Amino acid sequence: MKFETPAGTNPIDQLKVVGKPTDRIDGKFKTTGTAPYAYERHDVAPNQAYGYIVGSAVAKGRISSMNLADAKAAPGVLAIVSTLDHKPLPLGPQNTANLFGGAEVQHYHQAIALVVAETFEQARAAANLIRVDYARTKGKYDLEALAPTAPLEGGGSGEGSAAPAIDRVGNFDGAFASAPVKLDQQYTTPGHSHAMMEPFATIAAWDGPKLTVWTSNQMIAWAKRDVAKTLSLSPENVRVDSPYIGGGFGGKLFVRADVPLAALGAKAVGRPVKVAMQRPLIANNSTHRPATIQRIRLGATKDGRITAIAHESTSGNLPEGKPEVAVQQTKLLYAGANRMTLMKLAVMDLPEGNAMRAPGEAPGLMALEMAMDEMAEKLGMDPVEFRIVNDTQVDPEKPQRPFSQRQLVKCLRDGADRFGWSRRSAKPASVREGRWLIGMGMAAAFRNNQLTKSAARVRLDGKGMVTVETDMTDIGTGTYTIIAQTAAEMMGIGLDKVVVKLGDSDFPASAGSGGQWGANNSTAGVYAACIKLREQVGQRLGMTGDVEFADGEVRAGGRSAKLADAARNGPLTAEDFIEYGDLAKKYQQSTFAGHFVEVAVDSFTGQTRIRRMLAVCAAGRILNPKSARNQVIGGMTMGAGAALMEELAVDKRFGFFVNHDLATYEVPVHADIPHQEVVFLDEVDPISSPMKAKGVGELGICGVGAAVANAIYNATGVRVRDYPITLEKHLTRLPQVA
Amino acid sequence: MKPFTYERAKTPAEAAAIVAGRPGAKFIAGGTNLLDLMKLEIETPTHLVDVQDLKLDRIEATREGGLRIGANVTNTALASDDRVRRDYAVLTKAIVAGASGQLRNKASTAGNILQRTRCPYFYDPNQPCNKRKPGSGCAAIGGYSRQLAVIGSSDACIATFPGDMAVALRVLDATVETVNPQGGTRSISMADFHRLPGNTPQFDNTLQRGELLTSVTLPKPIGGQHFYNKVRDRASYAYALVSVAAVIQPDGTGRVAVGGVAHKPWRVEAAEAAMPQGSRAVATRLMAGAKPTADNAFKVPLVERTLGAVMHDAGMKRTAA
Repeated sequence: MKFETPAGTNPIDQLKVVGKPTDRIDGKFKTTGTAPYAYERHDVAPNQAYGYIVGSAVAKGRISSMNLADAKAAPGVLAIVSTLDHKPLPLGPQNTANLFGGAEVQHYHQAIALVVAETFEQARAAANLIRVDYARTKGKYDLEALAPTAPLEGGGSGEGSAAPAIDRVGNFDGAFASAPVKLDQQYTTPGHSHAMMEPFATIAAWDGPKLTVWTSNQMIAWAKRDVAKTLSLSPENVRVDSPYIGGGFGGKLFVRADVPLAALGAKAVGRPVKVAMQRPLIANNSTHRPATIQRIRLGATKDGRITAIAHESTSGNLPEGKPEVAVQQTKLLYAGANRMTLMKLAVMDLPEGNAMRAPGEAPGLMALEMAMDEMAEKLGMDPVEFRIVNDTQVDPEKPQRPFSQRQLVKCLRDGADRFGWSRRSAKPASVREGRWLIGMGMAAAFRNNQLTKSAARVRLDGKGMVTVETDMTDIGTGTYTIIAQTAAEMMGIGLDKVVVKLGDSDFPASAGSGGQWGANNSTAGVYAACIKLREQVGQRLGMTGDVEFADGEVRAGGRSAKLADAARNGPLTAEDFIEYGDLAKKYQQSTFAGHFVEVAVDSFTGQTRIRRMLAVCAAGRILNPKSARNQVIGGMTMGAGAALMEELAVDKRFGFFVNHDLATYEVPVHADIPHQEVVFLDEVDPISSPMKAKGVGELGICGVGAAVANAIYNATGVRVRDYPITLEKHLTRLPQVA
Repeated sequence: MKPFTYERAKTPAEAAAIVAGRPGAKFIAGGTNLLDLMKLEIETPTHLVDVQDLKLDRIEATREGGLRIGANVTNTALASDDRVRRDYAVLTKAIVAGASGQLRNKASTAGNILQRTRCPYFYDPNQPCNKRKPGSGCAAIGGYSRQLAVIGSSDACIATFPGDMAVALRVLDATVETVNPQGGTRSISMADFHRLPGNTPQFDNTLQRGELLTSVTLPKPIGGQHFYNKVRDRASYAYALVSVAAVIQPDGTGRVAVGGVAHKPWRVEAAEAAMPQGSRAVATRLMAGAKPTADNAFKVPLVERTLGAVMHDAGMKRTAA
């Protein structure tokens, strides 16, 4: 089905099942331990051996020699796969760092060997017996030092976010120079690690030329493509299966070293091999959100209308890597006739930078929305009003292009009302409770709605059960449930009559999970397949014209039949996909939110504790308010981490992320996260898809870090522009408590 | 992890004798620190002597009016003991500020005192570390050192002692009792138990090879208000950037020990005379001679300010920060 014109009324609009806050249909499996994750799939292949990954001890250089003798002789060892025995494996198109093979080391903890043994403990013990000599070479690890000479570079993050190196509209320089009120500030964000709960993990098994990998991956079709390329296999000989995923956040968009290593290990020992990447390797072996140095300039009239807006971002990456697209939202979020965005990219020797939850917008809004707060103060305006004054209903770079829906103003106004924003003191550092300085902050959130082809297959059997099969993934987002809701709505049945099977590359290729595009596109693909199935049912039952599917029955022209009757003589199967015309060119499609945060800062120790958080979101139809809320509060939590504690600490001498485990790379725990409220505006967007939905999985993280930062400033009167806002950055400048 | 053998000792002296007589042998109690270190091969014992059968799991009143805490009393049991909560509240507050409920259920009193540093370079076997591999150098010096020591460190090591409970024990003037392989016992004050790194940072404390920690004794209660203020980036499940254990008397006198700044719980009794003059006066004396790195220079003012927060909560007037 090609979606070319805005959706009219369709069966989804009944909202009998879709739009309800249904519990997850996979929840009982997850809470009872019966949803097996990749490493736990003991039953998929017999006689599994264990692999243990060895990571490079240096960040850059060459391996001069590897002594495997002791490790090979260690108890239980079956084989050692050495990087020196392989040429560098070909890479998937969105990646830059070598996954395995060759003597060259590009980054710290690059995989250089896999030890395969009868038990995990034997493999681990043997791995520590491998002796490696390196010829270390000097690398570039200091973004701040490299930034001044970094060249201009456009590009994208690998999951669809992209921007050119320079983009100009009007005359920024002239307008900024003549603006009555100006801001020119630098903001920095550090590298972030996905730090998902489930590590990268794979079981690989060969059957002649055919390889199956049971793994943990967000994008099954990409994974199949990249496994084939990496291992020089024909794609039809590759099967990827990933029904349950314990978090990915962009880290599992791509095939990581566990996959080819498990496959090479399995080949070497002639039996299935399972590999989980050890936690201390994850931060340096895999990808991360790159650090940024951003400059924002704003020029405005005295009544707060932006006349000039410029956003520059410098990030670093390995040679051939892409920039972090931190300027992306600035092209679309606020009005202003004169505009400029610019990106620079320094070549560095740290691990590969790539997509992490809301690539571009997450760090970009941390800067832009702090700048907006600072500018509002310069103008003497309320920060909510300043944003409202500069709202735009069209793409500011292409004014003939309207937003399909844009209710940012309502998000901000409703949020301000609900949060009690009017009680905020505009004067910083003026609210105290004992030792604590109290402040409120807000920010706008923005994230694009990306459209991509997505297919599904649906089957009706003689018992009236509908089975949906698609290679779509559920990365903890609730995909199983919204797909079941979609099929139930379309076929006029209850959720108990729907079975959803996901994550298998033998199923039709879906949008996958990334860029908050999964929910809208994958359910639209199921919608398309169900439309075909409805036609088949109608034909089988001899019903034409206006056929109604409701209550397990099919009705038309005064007749009715059980849905199951249509499959009495054998199951009916329909497969289709959704693809999109040019509505995305005619209309800018985005999601919006207003974030409001209250913090308390200890005037003695400088510790920040968040007290309240509210997000009011406008993101099209909300397919399941419960799982959508879950996504938004997860994003808000991650944004709180980015504001207050998350930072990949770089050792600039040796070139690695030092805090490479979950004890030292701190993410928020329950005690950090207070009351969180999420409100969804009642919205449908008929331009997005037949579902009239958009994504929310990344909207929650967008802007929230700046809202925390702005609340800290309101509490303390000390502006910190260098994330995370750890206590030492304002400690000695805090106002005293009387 | 290297293969190891395992046995359960029957008596403290027997446990001490086994470890003393067998190179590569180590005691194991709750295992919450040792097993993690073994998985990374930072600790490579060849033989583990389990001390859980030694009946060291009781908290008993002493004739002097204090408490004797068995080495195997769990952190949870110690923190929740009514006598501890009433008379030694700083100890309860320190314990519950550390780790997680699950870890405190498993971790022992002795193990908590004996936990090793959390320096990230100690934890990364690719990096030189004089504590992990004597003579290999110290990657933390000149590296990422935000969490590390600001006082009492050496050119060989800037690691900190990471615990909370021992900081409270230090402020309470606790002593630890040990048994040696010959069955002899001795008592060591908390002041002398942990040591500064000097040129031998591989030694965290003053125990001899095979010497087994059997109990911790608290002197009779000293009254006062008890505080444990642990400063960190996240609200739970994080090691202290700085922590302050304090007991403050109604007349403004008191005791202070600081965690997160040195290779041992840091206390300078002479500084406590300045308590009535406020946090700056105390902190200046307490932190005299501090040699922070650029990354952790903030810890020096943070000690003063954290003590200031404690004094504020104690109702003492704040002096200029």
